Amino acid sequence: MFEQPLLQVKNVTKKYGAGCQKCMSYCSTKLIKNYCSTCRTVYACRNVSFDLYTGEILGIVGESGSGKSTLMQCLYFDVEPSSGIMYFDHPGLKEKNLFHLSAQQKRLIRHKKFGMVYQNPIHGLKMHYSAISNIGEKLIAAGDRNVAKMESIGNMLLREVEIPVFRSKEKPLHFSGGMQQRVQIAKALSNNPPILFLDEITTGLDLSVQANVLDLIKNIQMEYGVSMIVVSHDLAVIRMLADRTLVMLDGEVIEEGLTDQILEDPQHLYTQQLVYSLI
Amino acid sequence: MAILQVKQLSKSFQIHHLQKKMQAVKNIHFSLHKGEFIGIVGKSGSGKSTILKSIYRTYLPEEGEILYESARFGCLDLAKATARQIIYLRKHEIGYVSQFLNVMPRITSRQLVENALLEVDYPIELAKDRAEETLRHFDLDEALWDAYPNTFSGGEKLRLNISIATVKKPRLLLLDEPTASLDAISKEKVRQIIEKLKRQGTTLVGIFHDLAFMEGLCDKVFEMEAQQTNTFVKDRV
Repeated sequence: MFEQPLLQVKNVTKKYGAGCQKCMSYCSTKLIKNYCSTCRTVYACRNVSFDLYTGEILGIVGESGSGKSTLMQCLYFDVEPSSGIMYFDHPGLKEKNLFHLSAQQKRLIRHKKFGMVYQNPIHGLKMHYSAISNIGEKLIAAGDRNVAKMESIGNMLLREVEIPVFRSKEKPLHFSGGMQQRVQIAKALSNNPPILFLDEITTGLDLSVQANVLDLIKNIQMEYGVSMIVVSHDLAVIRMLADRTLVMLDGEVIEEGLTDQILEDPQHLYTQQLVYSLI
Repeated sequence: MAILQVKQLSKSFQIHHLQKKMQAVKNIHFSLHKGEFIGIVGKSGSGKSTILKSIYRTYLPEEGEILYESARFGCLDLAKATARQIIYLRKHEIGYVSQFLNVMPRITSRQLVENALLEVDYPIELAKDRAEETLRHFDLDEALWDAYPNTFSGGEKLRLNISIATVKKPRLLLLDEPTASLDAISKEKVRQIIEKLKRQGTTLVGIFHDLAFMEGLCDKVFEMEAQQTNTFVKDRV
C-alpha cells in the first residue's frame, strides 16, 4: 500500500426493522430487493465498505432507493447504523470506531472535521436565519466565539460561492434553489473540514448553475485538498468530478473502480443498464 | 530494459442483456523499451483501442499481464494495480489522447492545460508559461485560449487534447488515433511533438489509420489481424 486512507468504512449496515432469523442468515441475493418478506425489515445499506483517500473525490451512483443517502447520513452521524465500522486517520482517533464514540465526540467530529451538503437545503440550512448566521451557527458549534472573525469568514465564503455580500443578511428562504445550495456549500466549508459529503448537490439546478457548482467543487478540491464523497444519479456529474466510483443497488455496493472504467467497461448487469441509459 | 510488457492479454465483454460474451482481443503479446514508439494498425473493430484502453485501465483486462516499469512503484502489473495506483500513474506518468475531449464545463483551454500541471504541483507561474508554450506549439488560435472548448471544431478539440496530455511530458503516452480529424499541417505539428517527446525519452504506443504518418516515426508497427475471435499482433518491420 503506498498511501493511507483518510477514512475507512467497513461493513456499514442499516436496517429498518428488527430483522428475523431468515433475513439475517440469508445471503443478500435471496432477499427480494432489500426487503425481507417475513419480518418486513428493510435493509437500506448492506455491508458497505470503502476507503476514502486524502484529496480524492469518490462518486457514489445508484438508482433512487439504493441506499446512497442513508449511507451518507450514517457517515455524518445523522442516522445510527445498525452495525459497521468507520476509522478516521486523525491524531487521537486512530483505531477508534467513530460509530462507537460518545454523542458529544461525534458532534465535535461532525462540526470540526466533516461538512455535509444535503440534497434538500431544508435539511442543511435554517431557513429563517440569515445566510451568514447559518454559517456562523456551524462556526459556533465548532467552538468559535469571536463575532468579527466569524463574520469575515462568512463573508469570504459567501463571496467564494458567489452570493452577493449585500444579500448575506437575508434568509435563505428568499433565495433561489441554486443559491440555497451554494449557501449550504459555504456553510459546509466554514471549518475547513478535511472531508465533505455532497448528496445530490446539482439535482434540480439548471445547467449554468450546475456548471458553477461543479467548478466550485473542483476548485475546493484543488485548492484545499479536501476529500469528498459525491452522491449523484447524474453520471455526467460523476464523470466530471469523481476519480473513483461506487455503484450501489438495493443497499449494496455492486461495483467499484475507476470512474471511466465503470462508464466504459461496466461489469454488473445493473451498471450496464445504467450506462446504456445515459443520454 | 523494457518499460512496458504486454503478455497474453485477453479481453472480452460480457453483455448481460444479450447473455453474450464478445471477445475483443486475445493473447496479445508485445513489449517496448524506453523511448520506443510502437504503432498499431488494423481494421475497425480489430481491437486496437481495446489494447490501449486496457493499458490505461479504462477497460478491465481479463487475462494476462501488463507489466509497466513505473518511476514510483517499480515493476507493476497494470492489469492488477489498484485504482488509486492507476490514478497516480495517470496523473504523473501515463498520458492518453483520444479523438474526444471530455472536460469540465466552462473551463477555458488555457486553464485546462494549466490545471494538468497544477495537479502535479507545478508552481503557478511555470504552469502558466508552459501552458502557453504548448498551446502555441499546437497552433491553437490565441483567441481560443480563453474560450470554452465545448464549441471548438474537431481539430481544435484534438489539438487541445494533445496539449493537455503532453504538457506534463508523460513517461508513457498512449495515442488513440490522435490525427483522425486533422489536416496535413496539423498532422505535421503532431508529428513534431511526437518526435520531440521521443527525443526526451517518452515511450509511445499509438493507433493510426494513416500509414504514411507512421512511416519513419514508429520503431515498430504491429498489425492486428482479426480472425473471428482470435487476434494476433504481428511485427511488420
